[in-house]
Amino acid sequence: MAPTVQPLPASAIRIRESRVDQVFNLVNYTILSIFFVIILYPLIYVVSASLSDGAAVISGRVVLWPVGFSLAAYEKIFRYGSIWTAYANTVFYAVVGTSVNVVLTLFAAYALSRQDLYGRKVLTGLFVFAIFFNGGLIPTYLLVKDLGMLNTRAAMIIPQAISIWNLIIAIAYFRSAIPEELLEAARLDGCDDVQYFFRILLPLSPPIIAVLTLFYVISHWNQYFTALIYLSDKDLFPLQIILRDILVASNFEAGMMEDLKNMAERETMRELLKYALIVVASVPVLIIYPFVQKYFVRGIMLGAVKG
Amino acid sequence: MALPRPRVQSVAWRGIKRSWQLYVFLALPLIWLLVFMYYPIYGAQIAFRDFYPGRTILNSEWVGMAHFSRFFNSVLFERVLGNTIGLSLYFLLVGFPIPVFIALSLNQLRTGFFKRSVQMISYAPHFISTVVMVGLILQFLEMRRGPINLLLQAVGFDAIHFMGKASMFPDIYVWSGVWQNSGFNTVIYMAALSTIDPALHEAALVDGANRLQRILHIDIPGIIPITLTLLILNIGQVLNVGFEKAFLLQNPLNLKTSEVISTYVYKVGLFGGVPNFSYAAAIGLFNSVLGLLLLVTANQLSKKFSKTSLF
Repeated sequence: MAPTVQPLPASAIRIRESRVDQVFNLVNYTILSIFFVIILYPLIYVVSASLSDGAAVISGRVVLWPVGFSLAAYEKIFRYGSIWTAYANTVFYAVVGTSVNVVLTLFAAYALSRQDLYGRKVLTGLFVFAIFFNGGLIPTYLLVKDLGMLNTRAAMIIPQAISIWNLIIAIAYFRSAIPEELLEAARLDGCDDVQYFFRILLPLSPPIIAVLTLFYVISHWNQYFTALIYLSDKDLFPLQIILRDILVASNFEAGMMEDLKNMAERETMRELLKYALIVVASVPVLIIYPFVQKYFVRGIMLGAVKG
Repeated sequence: MALPRPRVQSVAWRGIKRSWQLYVFLALPLIWLLVFMYYPIYGAQIAFRDFYPGRTILNSEWVGMAHFSRFFNSVLFERVLGNTIGLSLYFLLVGFPIPVFIALSLNQLRTGFFKRSVQMISYAPHFISTVVMVGLILQFLEMRRGPINLLLQAVGFDAIHFMGKASMFPDIYVWSGVWQNSGFNTVIYMAALSTIDPALHEAALVDGANRLQRILHIDIPGIIPITLTLLILNIGQVLNVGFEKAFLLQNPLNLKTSEVISTYVYKVGLFGGVPNFSYAAAIGLFNSVLGLLLLVTANQLSKKFSKTSLF
């Protein structure tokens, strides 16, 4: 593919800045710096607190960097069995669920992006309407129940098999990033619709596949509500359910605090554990997203803006 | 069959036959859509019936609008609807303009380390799960050991029991949402700004326009269509206050301001001893219908005044 010409941002045009613009820049940098600090500070604080000595955290001595470096909380989490079962479950839901999601989304997006699909408008409308109107929680729950999926791994995957928002992004990508002439040329060469998808479209789709994968992995990783309503078996619980027990309800597994004798020590460890758990639960998603970030504007949103 | 099959194929059948391979691609997604998105709409008729576990939908007695009028007359109706709309509007008022503002501001920076850092860090909170986000909020606002109260006490104020005050719930809900999503929501505006023709800016520079003037007369008009589209979509979602966050932030002390339609439906329908499916389904259906009406209204208004519309 020929490289697209990136429009030059206004800021790249170098002209001696006027006095007004210098003041503007000063204000602008100040505002963005404040915004930056407000977003960043809580993130740093959590990491520092999780690595600090408990007493320092609860007395407010941790301001920016860890005080009295300690890995005690992480050691405890490492030995906390139900967290790791849940972690494994979440990885399972994320891997299997995302595979199903991406395949079905690409299939549907391909068919619906083809101008010559008979009934394209009606079918697309059928999908889009479902975003704005749905039967609600109870009928959906009853359906999943009638299908015998309550308390199965399938309940965490099948009812969310496609996110229609992501489908729209994928359709917009196919329509704006893949030139129409390609289809005509392929047809002349005797390519049928299936071959066109696998041989021509897919090799041109890494940006959209990356973005879809990221969005779906994260939605599975962060899935809480689905598990709350469909699952009751502890062995199937994803990470978020366990996190909720600890972070929100402050319920710790019995035996977790056995080695700590007095109440104050347990109290301190509880706080420390929460900080460490926030880190452990969020690091995987925060690690993968920068790799996909470069595709955000280039691949998808451009299509969304133009389409 | 008395009649012989007509030999002439219908237009539809020929159309489908021509692109049958595309229909193969579409088959599974379409089945999924009909089963998981449209069957529940059919199932929502239990809102007009007395449905109990063990009965089928059609075997349940038809009671018409009984569940709806029960909800409209219940003591909680005004509170739940009021909280839902109040929280959404508050969030829309604060959370919608901020990303636009930040995007315009970011767009003025030269691409470099600072710009990339601001983008990278400000997108990050979007990917944190709701459970962890609520955990963070609770940690920071904790009465005795939370950093915010430690700071307040250090400078001589009394500690505030943030989560215990019903009046503070909307602020906590909205501003934590701003913290979490403002950065990521700039993405779409940044994309729109990058499609503005640079010739416009060059011409304005030649005419001596300063940065502020260029923002006002070039950048803002350039992103108005996408901004309106997003605003319409957001209005359509006004009633869908995120279940997870409201539910997880709830406690007995703030229930007065934190109970919204989605959490109420959950409690009536799936939680507690006797689930009342039909009543909960009625509240859910009321929510869906009202949401659709809001979306259509916002869309019509936008069409009338700005020619931007979704459909």
